[in-house]
Amino acid sequence: MSDTLGTASVGRGHRGALQAGDAAHAASPAPRPRKRRGRGRLRLEIALLSGPAIIVFVGLVIFPVVLAAYYGFYRWQGYGAPTDWVGLNNYKVIFTDPAFQQALEHNGFIVVLSLVIQGPLALALALLLNQKIRGRGLIRVLIFVPYVISEVIAGTGFSLMLQVNGAVNDALHNIGLGFLATDWLANPSIAIWTLMGILTWKYVGFAVILMLAGMQAIPEELSEAARIDGASYWQVQRRIVVPLLGPTIRIWGFLSIIGALQLFDLVYIIWGQYISSTAGTSTMATYMALNGRLAGNYGYGSAVAVVMFLISLTVALLYQRFVLRRDMRGAVTEGVN
Amino acid sequence: MSAVTSGAPFPRARSGKRSDRPQKWGNPGIYFIALLFIAVSLAPVVYIVLGGFRTNSQITVSPAGLPNPWVFSNYAGVLKTVTFWGEFANSTIVAIASTLGIVLLGLMVSYAIARYDFKLKGAMYSLFAAGLMFPLVVAITPVYIIVKDLGLVDNLMGIVVPQIAFGLPTTVIILVPFLRAIPKEIEEAAGIDGMSRLGFFFRMAIPLALPGVITVAILAFITSWNNYILPLYVLNSQANYTLPLGVQQFSSQYSQDTARVLAFTSLSMLPALAFFAVFQRRIVGGLTGAVKG
Repeated sequence: MSDTLGTASVGRGHRGALQAGDAAHAASPAPRPRKRRGRGRLRLEIALLSGPAIIVFVGLVIFPVVLAAYYGFYRWQGYGAPTDWVGLNNYKVIFTDPAFQQALEHNGFIVVLSLVIQGPLALALALLLNQKIRGRGLIRVLIFVPYVISEVIAGTGFSLMLQVNGAVNDALHNIGLGFLATDWLANPSIAIWTLMGILTWKYVGFAVILMLAGMQAIPEELSEAARIDGASYWQVQRRIVVPLLGPTIRIWGFLSIIGALQLFDLVYIIWGQYISSTAGTSTMATYMALNGRLAGNYGYGSAVAVVMFLISLTVALLYQRFVLRRDMRGAVTEGVN
Repeated sequence: MSAVTSGAPFPRARSGKRSDRPQKWGNPGIYFIALLFIAVSLAPVVYIVLGGFRTNSQITVSPAGLPNPWVFSNYAGVLKTVTFWGEFANSTIVAIASTLGIVLLGLMVSYAIARYDFKLKGAMYSLFAAGLMFPLVVAITPVYIIVKDLGLVDNLMGIVVPQIAFGLPTTVIILVPFLRAIPKEIEEAAGIDGMSRLGFFFRMAIPLALPGVITVAILAFITSWNNYILPLYVLNSQANYTLPLGVQQFSSQYSQDTARVLAFTSLSMLPALAFFAVFQRRIVGGLTGAVKG
């Protein structure tokens, strides 16, 4: 698309160069003279351009994971080189610790519920807001606000609002729904639903914006043509918009799953370091902070990191293999075609 | 003459479109649901901001009430503290340094991936794309150990450097399509006019990819401003705290003084919200770019 535009604008300048460029587009490795001349310089440029980013990225994203795998085999307090080799003992402890199993269950619960609650809700809201209505731009900005606010601030606000004698229960009493008032945060059978509510509040706006963006990429001619052929509003949404939104929905699902697996800030802020496990909202990441950094057991913390890492990797690869197979690159980089 | 007749239907069709579309108010039910959605989205924000204008006794007596009378001493009190301004300065330094680093390194490597032909190109792109799967939280323990080995514990640079590293994947994913979309012919024309590849990078590619660059910068800034887990692990002394840590510290230190906590929370949320308000079009629009390239 942009190539045609470029051709049109540059075409008047130099016909020869234009054709060479087109050929290079069609069959990319056609060597051009300029390239062959400065092969060494080309390599130098590539190294200079990509070197710094690669060093920082590998050094602080890839290398730590490798290091964690190493430290995970030691009992290590974080000082000097690790010497107390314990083999797979850390991993044995992790998988037999009921606290970790609970955290894992909570993460799984949150992954599934986030998809089941936020997905349809966001889709419905996006379909609704995708119509030509007044103030659409303003609506979009306002529903995005929760996503922009930091987890710490959302957490602080909600932990004050949701106290037994806090604003939420007070408001429920005021509108005559006092029987719904409850202990939102400490009651173990309610706390995780409270967490789901807060997560939905925080992230559904992002999902809606993402889906609206995807809908905008669907050519309007399609739904117009369908409508001329007599399709109803719902038929257009169901047969045209939602199917074409597939790549966007699948990408959102991926982001949602990864986000749910690494959930930390909100739980840690609202339920604190120790209460989260009794309230039933602990996650793998809060377990890792509690038993790694806070307990000073860096070997154990690293082992938990490796487990989290492998779980995320497995889930991500399975998702890519079975769900994103066709549109992983398409949806993120090249567009909803 | 023929030009006039053939041209006529187009303006008419277009003006027809213009006139009936935006003036349509549509179904009132849609506005109701939209307003409900907005109310739920904004309620906690409004609670925090208004709570800062109330006294503790007002909050105790009627937790969900409005300020009556309005009290300004909470906000004034927080604004007078050295703590708030110190943490504000730390957050600002970290956010600006991280954003500059992410944009600079991200642009360079994206340019190499987007516009050079070399064997490892695909592998490099996959490397960064894979980084999307490993968010900071998952890697925080080993990252902390590395930061410790670099001697950057309790140092603002100990936050900046990892933030740059973890900001790169999104940046590369967003910028590569922008840089790739620049027609090869423009580059060739520039080459014929005697401009070097790197000259093209600085003088043509960056300006042409500016919308993507701005989006990336805003995302980086807000992510940095809101980051909690990294400062939590890396920073020890209060003098180095960033605002998220400050909010948490303040709310446990003054847990009896709810109104003051709300004022502090509200003030620390303000910069990110203001930033968002100014650049909202870029962020919301940029996501469109991220999705559709």
